[in-house]
Amino acid sequence: MFFKLTPTTGQPLYLQLMQQIRHATETGALQDGDQLAGIRTLAEELVVSPNTVAKAYSELEHDGLLELRQGCGAFVCVKRRTRSLADHVQVARRRLRELIEQLREQGLLDEEIKRAFEAELLYPTEVVVRRR
Amino acid sequence: MSSSVILTRELTKSYGSLAAVQELNLSVGPNRITAFLGQNGAGKSTTIKMLLGMIRPSSGEGTVLGNRITNAAENREMRRKVAYVAENKPLYGYMSVEQTIHFASSFYPDWRSDVATKLLIEYKLPPQRKVKALSKGMRTKLALLLAFARRPALLILDEPSEGLDPVGIEHLLQMLVAQAAEGVAIFFSSHQIAEVERVADHVCILDNGRLLLDASLDQLRQSYRRIDLVFASTPPEREFRITGVEKIQTKGHQMSVFASENAEGVIERARDLDAVSVEVAPVGLREIFLETVKEN
Repeated sequence: MFFKLTPTTGQPLYLQLMQQIRHATETGALQDGDQLAGIRTLAEELVVSPNTVAKAYSELEHDGLLELRQGCGAFVCVKRRTRSLADHVQVARRRLRELIEQLREQGLLDEEIKRAFEAELLYPTEVVVRRR
Repeated sequence: MSSSVILTRELTKSYGSLAAVQELNLSVGPNRITAFLGQNGAGKSTTIKMLLGMIRPSSGEGTVLGNRITNAAENREMRRKVAYVAENKPLYGYMSVEQTIHFASSFYPDWRSDVATKLLIEYKLPPQRKVKALSKGMRTKLALLLAFARRPALLILDEPSEGLDPVGIEHLLQMLVAQAAEGVAIFFSSHQIAEVERVADHVCILDNGRLLLDASLDQLRQSYRRIDLVFASTPPEREFRITGVEKIQTKGHQMSVFASENAEGVIERARDLDAVSVEVAPVGLREIFLETVKEN
C-alpha cells in the first residue's frame, strides 16, 4: 500500500493517513483481512513520527475499520456497514462532481473552487443553521 | 507534568548584561519527538548545554529524567541515560574512526556493537581514516553513530543535520523515527524546517532566549490559517482585532489576516461585514516560524 503524507496541507498527518487507508478500503485497494505494515515499519517508510501511525491505527480501530492483534499487526476489517458508508461517499462524490462541473462552466478556475470549498467547510455549523 | 523528560523552571543564563536564555519554562514529554527551533543565537545551544550540566544556569532550575541539572551526582546519573550529539561534533582528531568507536563503546553500558557495525557500513565511513581528515558530513555521521549505537532513554541532538546531504538527512530522520519507535524520547534543534515538519510531534520556538511557541504540530496544522479578504471599500481592519488574530496586513481593498486560532470567527466576521471574497489557506511551519520570530 502506498501512502503520501503532505506536512503543509493544514491537516494533521494522522488524519491524512486515516483518510488514505479509509479511501483504500472504499476503492478496494485494501480488502477485508489485508495486513498493514507495523507502526515502526510504516513510520520509517513515511519518515514520520511513530505516534502519527499509532494514532491513525488506533482511531481506525475505534472506527471498526482496523483490527489490531497483539504482536501480529493491523488487519483491515471491511464489514457490510463500511461498504454502505462507502456507497454514501460515492453518491456524495457524484453530486460534488456535478456541482464542480457547473462551476467550471460558469468560468470559475479550479483554484477558486478549491478555496471557496475550504472557506465554506470552515464556516461554523451553528451559523448555517441560524441563517436557514 | 511530572512525567516530563525535560523540565525547566525560570531557567536563565546571562553573560554580563546579555541574557542568552531568559526564564525558560520548558516541558518535554516522553515518547515523542520534540523539535527545538530558533534563529542563530536564539539560545538553543546554551539551553541544551545547561540541561546537560555543561553550563551553569545564572538562575532557575531544571531536571532531565528527574535528575537536577545543577547537582553533580545526579548529573552523572543522567549522563548514563542520555545520548547527546553536540553542535560542533567534538571528536579527537588524532584518533581513527575505528579507534573513536572503540573508545566511546568503553564508556557506555548501553552500547550496541551490532548497531555500530551496521551504521559504519551504512554511513560508508572509512574505519582507518583519522577524524581530522574526515569531511564535515562524515564527522557528523560519526557523531550520530556514537549516539545511535547506544540505547538511551533520551536523545538530545544539537543541529544533527549539519553538513549532511539530502540522502544523509533522510537517513538521519529514519534513524530518529526508529529510535522513537523503541521508546526513546528525542529532543533536537534544527534549522531544517521542512524535515522538522515531517517527523516532529511537538515544536518549541525560542527567540532571544525566550520561548515563544510550545505546541503539537497537529495543533498548529489544525489551528493556524491565513485568511485573505477583499472588501468593496476600505477594509475595516479594527473589526478584526479578535481572538486568535496575530497579524493583519492591508493593501488597498485587500486584507490578509494571520490567525493562530479562531479562523471560523474571522470568516464569520468577514461575512457579517460583507467581504466580497473570503479565501482560507493553511499555514506551514516555515511561515509560522517566520511570523513568530518577526513579531518578537
